Amino acid sequence: MSNALPLWEVFVRTKNGLSHRHVGSVHAAGPRMAVEAARDVYTRRMEGVSLWVVPSDAITASDPGEAESLFEPAADKVYRHPTFYVVPDNIKHI
Amino acid sequence: MENLLRLGDDALILGHRLSEWCGHAPTLEVDLALANIGLDLLGQAQFFLGLAGDADALAYRRDAFEFKNCLLVEQPNGDFARTIARQFFFSAWQEILFRHLAAGDDKNIAAIAAKAGKEVTYHARFAAEWLVRLGDGTEESRRRMTDGMDWCWRFVDELFADDNASLRPEWDARVDAVLAEAGLPRPAKVRGITGGRDGKHTEHLGHILADMQFLQRAYPDAVW
Repeated sequence: MSNALPLWEVFVRTKNGLSHRHVGSVHAAGPRMAVEAARDVYTRRMEGVSLWVVPSDAITASDPGEAESLFEPAADKVYRHPTFYVVPDNIKHI
Repeated sequence: MENLLRLGDDALILGHRLSEWCGHAPTLEVDLALANIGLDLLGQAQFFLGLAGDADALAYRRDAFEFKNCLLVEQPNGDFARTIARQFFFSAWQEILFRHLAAGDDKNIAAIAAKAGKEVTYHARFAAEWLVRLGDGTEESRRRMTDGMDWCWRFVDELFADDNASLRPEWDARVDAVLAEAGLPRPAKVRGITGGRDGKHTEHLGHILADMQFLQRAYPDAVW
């Protein structure tokens, strides 16, 4: 039966003010059933205050074969990290 | 007291029935959904039986004739469609009942009904969604859904016995709306079977209790 039902990606907002995060996927016949399945599978222990479901086939993913050209160039650009500043001791949460 | 036992036993027995699906449901999603609903019902049973007395003793040390649940909830799960039919008929009824209880005079019962009402709203919605999906699905799912409703239909009248007769019109309207969406006819009228509220049960309850009560009967006061 799972094979007959489309796959949906599930995103959970853990609390107001935070963004939705991908947590996994569910099989469901439609968007409403997907939300209910996501509620049952991923929010049983008070993990969330809001759910998004997105048809898995609506997601365009980067090609693993292109990973080299996409991601490796960033590896030697350390200057893009804000690590060259001295942060004063009394500045927190950075 | 009698009313508390009815409310508590309905929830306890149906909760146990749903727990039988654990690990056997058609998909992981449905497995968790049914287990969640079963646990919600177990929670309700704990509250209601706790008001009636010692919840554990009432659950584990009464014999079948002392249980006051309706006959619908003790019926075997059958296939998934029959479980859905049973759940929808019961949860739609419970949703209306709890709304009335939440506005009632008994403060304790009202508090439980108000809290559980939110859970039950979801149970009814979940079951209705599947009823439509199966009724409006393939030829096989439609046949199974029809058979499941036919099996359960004779136990519906008992839900509206005595003081609960006034809940029927709203329940009928809800059921008709969902059946219309599912494209299914209303089951043929049958003579309703009653007796559960007086402790006269079908053979199935004894088998449930044998399962449910074995441990406490064999090892009284055993703790986890």
